[in-house]
Amino acid sequence: MDQLRQYPARGTLRRVGLGPADLVVAAGVAALLYALVRVGGGLHAPFNPSTYPSRIPVDPADLPYDAARSLLRMFIGLAASLVFTFAYATAAARSRRAATVLLPILDILQSVPVLGFLSVTVTAFIALFPHSVLGLEAASIFAVFTAMAWNMTFAFYQALITQPAELDEAARVLRLTRWQRFWTLDVPSGAIPLVWNGMMSFGGAWFFLSASEAISVAGHTYALPGVGSYAASALVEGNLAGVGEAIAAMIVMILATNVLFWRPLVAWSERFRTEQSSGAETPRSSILWVLRRSRIPPALSRSLDPLREGMDRATRPLGLADSPLQVDQRRRRAGDVVFGVAVVAACAYGAYAALDYVERTIGLGAFPHAFFLGSITFARVIVIVIGSTLLWVPLGIVIGLSPRATRLAQPVVQIAASFPANLIYPAVVAAFVVLHIGLNWGGILLMSLGAQWYVLFNVIAGASAVPSDLREAITALRLPRWERWKALYLPAVIPAYVTGGITAAGGAWNASIVAEVVDYGSHHLVAEGIGAYITEATARGDFPAIFVGVVVMSVYVVATNRLVWRRAYRIAEERFAL
Amino acid sequence: MSTDDTIGKSFADRSRPPGPDDGTAIIIARQVTKSFTTPDGKPMKVLDGIDLTLREGEIVALLGRSGSGKSTLLRTLAGLIAPTSGEVSYRGRPLTGANPGVAMVFQTFALMPWLTVLANVELGLRARGLTPEERRRRALEAIDLIGLDGFENAYPKELSGGMRQRVGFARALVVRPDALFMDEPFSALDVLTAENLRGELLRLWESGSFPTRAVLVVTHNIDEAVQLADRVLVLSSNPGRIRAELRVAFPRPRDREDTGYKRLVDHIYGVLTGRDDAATPAPSPGRETTTPLTQPLPDASVGGLAGLLEIVAAGGGRADLPALAERLSFEVDDLVPLLDAAVMLRFAHVRDADIELTDDGRSFVLGDIDTSKSLFAEHARQYAPLVRTITSSLAATEDGSLRDAFFLDLLRRGFTPEEARHQLDVAIDWGRYAELFDYDTDSGQLRLETPARLQS
Repeated sequence: MDQLRQYPARGTLRRVGLGPADLVVAAGVAALLYALVRVGGGLHAPFNPSTYPSRIPVDPADLPYDAARSLLRMFIGLAASLVFTFAYATAAARSRRAATVLLPILDILQSVPVLGFLSVTVTAFIALFPHSVLGLEAASIFAVFTAMAWNMTFAFYQALITQPAELDEAARVLRLTRWQRFWTLDVPSGAIPLVWNGMMSFGGAWFFLSASEAISVAGHTYALPGVGSYAASALVEGNLAGVGEAIAAMIVMILATNVLFWRPLVAWSERFRTEQSSGAETPRSSILWVLRRSRIPPALSRSLDPLREGMDRATRPLGLADSPLQVDQRRRRAGDVVFGVAVVAACAYGAYAALDYVERTIGLGAFPHAFFLGSITFARVIVIVIGSTLLWVPLGIVIGLSPRATRLAQPVVQIAASFPANLIYPAVVAAFVVLHIGLNWGGILLMSLGAQWYVLFNVIAGASAVPSDLREAITALRLPRWERWKALYLPAVIPAYVTGGITAAGGAWNASIVAEVVDYGSHHLVAEGIGAYITEATARGDFPAIFVGVVVMSVYVVATNRLVWRRAYRIAEERFAL
Repeated sequence: MSTDDTIGKSFADRSRPPGPDDGTAIIIARQVTKSFTTPDGKPMKVLDGIDLTLREGEIVALLGRSGSGKSTLLRTLAGLIAPTSGEVSYRGRPLTGANPGVAMVFQTFALMPWLTVLANVELGLRARGLTPEERRRRALEAIDLIGLDGFENAYPKELSGGMRQRVGFARALVVRPDALFMDEPFSALDVLTAENLRGELLRLWESGSFPTRAVLVVTHNIDEAVQLADRVLVLSSNPGRIRAELRVAFPRPRDREDTGYKRLVDHIYGVLTGRDDAATPAPSPGRETTTPLTQPLPDASVGGLAGLLEIVAAGGGRADLPALAERLSFEVDDLVPLLDAAVMLRFAHVRDADIELTDDGRSFVLGDIDTSKSLFAEHARQYAPLVRTITSSLAATEDGSLRDAFFLDLLRRGFTPEEARHQLDVAIDWGRYAELFDYDTDSGQLRLETPARLQS
């Protein structure tokens, strides 16, 4: 007990020498702070809509700064998604009434091609921050946010409602406050799905980032400093080397965030596994290894203790994480009725106002035309899904069955899926121009460049998860190769394939907005389709047309999800889950 | 926090051994009924008119078969679920949420896997808003009391089951609860670990240093109930009612070989297997009175049933149930469905704690495979209501086949969807063995095996 009589306590001073791990961590922290200070200054530069540059200088010396600005956008978007996830998913999981509204909204938001709304959000955010570039920044970050938030929210909501019942009961019997329960039970038990979905959505968000940094609204293009703008500016100049530099920078960024941020996070989140058994393969990360050997992170964590205690006390008035036992059924039903009427009235009024707006501007006749264009894009999406199925399912199974091939291929495919395909559109379009291929057909290839990888990625994962005893059994039966595939491998990857297919189709719809209209030097290529309709309406600043286009595309996406993918998923889960 | 000032005092004034009804009441349940709603909107009673008082200074065991609602009752008293009617009060005040005077130990431990042992134990104290220093001091005290020293910084997944449950106890006791609730606390542990932990717990309780005033334990293990409790409440199933209340007055530690002890265990066996009188339907004319809803199929496979009867036959066609259970290291939960199946099919009688084979039961065990099958088919068709319903419904159709949904809809009037499915699965197992009907999992079709067979 005598360490209590000394100040500071003996342990604090015993080891003063810094280990190599501490030096590495300290250097990392310093570099991060420096980058933040340098880059953060650019965020609130003055802004004047009429003089703001429509391109940024294509100079390799500027590329690190541009890349840092892009990265900052990604991480601010991630932070915003996390806050949104916590609030939205908790509300949906804890309030019966809120869930009836929040879940369908989330479901639809997930299917809405947010890229189509970019011009609307840009206008709104510029109005919000009138004399600062922050408006443009916020619009770009919002695009990144929308690429991540819905998926993460669903994952966390799912974790909240499937929490082990006895942990929930323990939390209630222990009389934890709402705040304490959130941080000791809700967040830890949802950490693994949250990190996984965060990582995958972060990968998908690069595409939105590069598409939203340089945006044309009402005839004027605004270009924020960033790798996406760098590529776009190089493209306008016809500077293919510049495009190449942007692509290289993008690959470096994707690799760096994976190695330095996501891998350590995934490995760290393993501690939140609830099953007492450990997984087949524990993810490892050398960065985490260094962090674990350093005394800086625990010291930082300790220095936050008073804050933690303070928050514990400050949030006490929020009450206990317990729901009242007795509910007045009559009052509850009356509340439900009032709530239901309010929601229905708001929806009805909103729908009426929207239709009225379209009727007064471009006329409701725009809808049939848009639905026709939608069917053309829909055909492209179907071709992409079928094509990537025929190509990637067999290949994915072959890769997935070989542990070595899986280890090599998985990271490559993940990067291919993360890579914003719109950066390589120019090279492909150049080929189209030379070969006289129109964008009506070529668009299919452009849209598939980003979308198809999800099929491969998931099929590899599905095939590598086939239990080895089943594989040995089927080998021992000495069946011909085709019979083996029919009996085991194809059924075994179906659930994973369906998941990949949903994501690929969604990606293809979103890609149509940038793939059905492409400028390359002096060539202006346009395909017929709902994506081109939205893009051209955006360039004109024709808000009613944008609205019609986005609504129609959402209808297509929601309908196919409901009618095809959901059913396929349910059947796959029931029949083929291993 | 409200409870802290009242329970921080000494516990030495606890009166023990408790005379009948002399302690102050801590928790009182009056006419507690709990029903769940089936998907068709029909209420299903799980608990029916339960009156119960937990007093200072006593250990009470709630004993029942699975499905008797004993865990539901425990959770109602803990304020985790609301009774449909009736009232639960803690120290005179009706519960409005989680019971403030209760700490709980769970069958599956329910520790936060991402917190260390120390942090897990501190959790309840944090909830009560204690300072970090006070938290640490009391947590270390509890860890010391429960024999966890040296494990403070371990994570639950690094510990064995027994050590994990010790953390569960430390976490519950550190808040010095008025009443400690235990939900099958030893059933996830191996026999020796369970015995050891139970013994330590009782020694602490006897020594008076146990920081709680009363204990309520849920168990399906008769021996455990008799070892621990001053009072054993036996619950009946479907719906759960208190069927018997038994005082256990033997001094602790209790001797399993003592004749009085043995007699009590035998008696409880009789009460629990409940075959004294009303539970067994009268012989043959009972055909029309039982339906698949009033007499559900027990959760027993044909293989398990045959195995049990073979063992009984090998012992001369008669066996003492507690001895049998011990020899097979079974617990009531495992044995009871098999007994129910044997009795339902008239292959055995159960009287008090003895099982005796009938003549048909003997033939079923000793006959060749065809004899066994036809005997089983005959008895199942006659005495197992759901099997009877299925065969007669199938026979009434033109092609002898029906979708499973038909029977599931029927069963859902009395069971939850899961239970309905389960009932049908048991019936299918029996029907397949008896070659009465077959089931195609993919199409969901039930089909008569050989329609001709039924005519004979």
